[in-house]
Amino acid sequence: MSQDDHGHHKETFVTKYIFSIDHKMISKQYLITGIFMGIIGIAMSMLFRLQLAWPEEPFKIMELLLGGTMAPGGVLNADAYLALVTIHGTIMVFFVLTAGLSGTFSNLLIPLQIGARDMASGFLNMVSYWLFFLSSVIMLISLFVEAGPASAGWTVYPPLSALPQAIPGSGMGMTLWLVSMAIFIASSLLGSLNYIVTVINLRTKGMTMTRLPLTIWTFFVTAIIGVVSFPVLFSAALLLIMDRSFGTSFYLSDIFINGEVLHYQGGSPVLFEHLFWFLGHPEVYIVLLPALGITSEVIATNSRKPIFGYRAMIASILAIAFLSTIVWGHHMFISGMNPFLGSVFTFTTLLIAIPSAVKAFNYITTLWKGNLQFNPAMLFSIGLVSTFVSGGLTGIILGDSTLDINVHDTMFVVAHFHLVMGVTAVYGFLAGVYHWFPKMFGKMMSKKLGYLHFWITAVGAYGVFYPMHFTGLAGLPRRYYNNTSFPIFDDLTDINIIITVFALITGLGQLIFLYNFINSIFNGEKAPQNPWRSTTLEWTTPVEHMHGNWPGDIPEVHRWSYDYSKPGHDEDFVPQNVPMKPGEKELHH
Amino acid sequence: MTVFLYIVVALLIAISLWQLSKVVKIYKASKLDTEVANDADNKTQGGLMLLYLIFIFAFTFYGFYAWSEVMLGTPASAHGPNYDLLMNVSWAIIFPVFFAVQFLLHYFAFKYQGKEGNKALYYSDNMKLEMIWTIVPVIVLTILILFGLFSWNDIMSFDFEDEAEQPIVVELYAQQFSWTARYAGADNTLGDANVRLIDYDNVNVLGLDTSDKNYADDVIAKELHLPVGKRVHFKIRSQDVLHSAYMPHFRAQMNCVPGMVTEFSFIPTVTTVDMRKDDKIVAKIARINVLRAERRKAGEDLDEEDYIFDYLLLCNKICGQSHYNMQMKIVVETPEEYAAWMRTQDKAKDVITVAGN
Repeated sequence: MSQDDHGHHKETFVTKYIFSIDHKMISKQYLITGIFMGIIGIAMSMLFRLQLAWPEEPFKIMELLLGGTMAPGGVLNADAYLALVTIHGTIMVFFVLTAGLSGTFSNLLIPLQIGARDMASGFLNMVSYWLFFLSSVIMLISLFVEAGPASAGWTVYPPLSALPQAIPGSGMGMTLWLVSMAIFIASSLLGSLNYIVTVINLRTKGMTMTRLPLTIWTFFVTAIIGVVSFPVLFSAALLLIMDRSFGTSFYLSDIFINGEVLHYQGGSPVLFEHLFWFLGHPEVYIVLLPALGITSEVIATNSRKPIFGYRAMIASILAIAFLSTIVWGHHMFISGMNPFLGSVFTFTTLLIAIPSAVKAFNYITTLWKGNLQFNPAMLFSIGLVSTFVSGGLTGIILGDSTLDINVHDTMFVVAHFHLVMGVTAVYGFLAGVYHWFPKMFGKMMSKKLGYLHFWITAVGAYGVFYPMHFTGLAGLPRRYYNNTSFPIFDDLTDINIIITVFALITGLGQLIFLYNFINSIFNGEKAPQNPWRSTTLEWTTPVEHMHGNWPGDIPEVHRWSYDYSKPGHDEDFVPQNVPMKPGEKELHH
Repeated sequence: MTVFLYIVVALLIAISLWQLSKVVKIYKASKLDTEVANDADNKTQGGLMLLYLIFIFAFTFYGFYAWSEVMLGTPASAHGPNYDLLMNVSWAIIFPVFFAVQFLLHYFAFKYQGKEGNKALYYSDNMKLEMIWTIVPVIVLTILILFGLFSWNDIMSFDFEDEAEQPIVVELYAQQFSWTARYAGADNTLGDANVRLIDYDNVNVLGLDTSDKNYADDVIAKELHLPVGKRVHFKIRSQDVLHSAYMPHFRAQMNCVPGMVTEFSFIPTVTTVDMRKDDKIVAKIARINVLRAERRKAGEDLDEEDYIFDYLLLCNKICGQSHYNMQMKIVVETPEEYAAWMRTQDKAKDVITVAGN
């Protein structure tokens, strides 16, 4: 959109709020859809946690929410349990932490922080959102299919996901899952291409790559990883559709089920695992990097200090991105692939600890001798570093093929990845919402409710996932409907109850956020132009949104985005558009 | 002890609420409150950061105090102790890093809480520091990677040609939702098999190829018996979907993949009888039986008899509705007991009706 356009055409309700091509509106659409999906995903986890703590006990709420087929008499049945686990994973990973997180903040911040009037293609951006919306709707519709939604786990390994004879969810439910994901991937690719093109081409004058805020670096690199890996999941899904519907044998061979031999011959489920994890592992970083980028920005702003080791941060983002594409095999150490590959993947996997350590220490050094402003976003960012480290450290165990043998697919894995990518990315998401809410809605969120929300979540997150390490080390597999069939697991009941109690508290605690979010949109205090006294360009735009973002010329950039507390300036921040004083130097070069 | 934990959590929440209410009062008095953090917020939240650090550490220690006893205990395979050693070395690296990093993070948050008029240090780069936290992990990880790779190669090499004593070959056969074992018999060679040959009418449940004479002395069993001290070479098949043969006490696991044969191998070192005398297992089983007695008293329908320890084979790859109850008992016994058990088992040729006969 060129500068002359804005203000000239009439906007209707439909073009402003629904089929908008304005990146700020699309960002809000992503955010609200993401939050909505998040509520569903979290609610599902609370329901199956009830079953795990009090197996087969009737809960009225279960029948109320899930109906008599999935939870007759309020008792969740085994198929429905697997369905909940599957859809919880799918929704949280893809719909909340990929589309919700990247979609919201890449859309909002890329144009605003690089100094562009909008995305390179506003139309593609709109198409991207509506494809995401469509895929969300299809995923939700799949919950109401008679035989139940997809139930083969979020990794949908065939043959379980390919054969309705193996599990009822692999009928219509799985078909809808695949259709939804195919559309989702198309949406994600359109979005990613747009982000990449915008960052490369539309940076304002003076905004060199080494002056970009780290948020933009992470969004940019995330989009590249997405473009490289999502098409592979697309092909994996396509081949699975072929196997399911057109009788091919890409993944299936020699199967005898329900008293009959199936015709499939020559395929291998291990092929699917390779294709799935070729996306699936980079996906972890697609989820994680934007959260880390947001944290970099929030920690620097609220520490009133430059982010420590800007260049090392960029190097570690690039290193993580590169390594993320060559470590997928660590999900498959015991899949039956050649053990030699296990050695290679152990090596590459453990290397990721190095750039991750660099990032963690750089955050901590940024806090050192800062003047920390504990806005809610800052709390969540510090919480993010805490869970990123706690969860990341157990990766040393899981990434080691030898140790993986006995903890693979146990609750230990569930504990690990929920801390390191689940909670961490959710913290990044929430930090982003608290930090950029004033930019998105022109209002302030209540900090008191923000504090309450953080502390409940922070205590709850460890309360849920720390004890889970122990059940995993006791040998308890994941995706078990109950563990009462094994007396040897009987002494895990107490731990399971503790986990569930924390999960319920934490889940309900999110209602505080929801209330604060909605209430602040309507009744929040009016936001000042730059509430956090930040240096980046988005805070030079007017509070009231307008097409084209800046009323006059796009500001020119004269410095990097981390000039906080720079000696020789009166204020403790120097916005990027302030020219250098005579004799002033850019210190990070 | 669980009660204690709840009390600590309740206390922490109460303190947070009390602190918050204090802050609210201060705002109301000053009437200068905005939604941006001010000095009072920084003081409260900084203090809570320190409290949170204490919570994380206390919870970590509490976990080890209260839940260590649920873990698997003494390994029952030859590679098990090496596995546990590698695990413990990893923990020895993880814990100091965990404590140090969490301490620095939250302590800095507490110490450098913002005050009006303070100015942060403009400090953006230090090559030396970056090198330190690059190179130290490199060295530590090199050690871990090497240790891990040697163990991995050791566990995952299935070439036993040169060994003095050939391993016992056992097929593990997975299907929704049960396990079957097939022993290779006197010739120590499994007869060829394919699920396409399954024939329930002729009691050929594993799809053995009766034209391959090696099948004749194979033994099919629903319990996995293993002689102590002798290497077992598992050949693993699946009939329908992915499963995973998980034998946690032996630190052993391998997926079962339809259409291919996967392998695993270990030497069981502790008989079931001896494991039942192991201190940790004795304590664990005693605890479990107390819990079960309580549940029985509460009216739950449980076996009247006390639970006795047995090794288990579990399914550890989501495989459908009854995934959570797909198990087989493993019995490790002396070679004599094993031989005696084996003699009581029927040979495949006596079980399967060969078509045309």
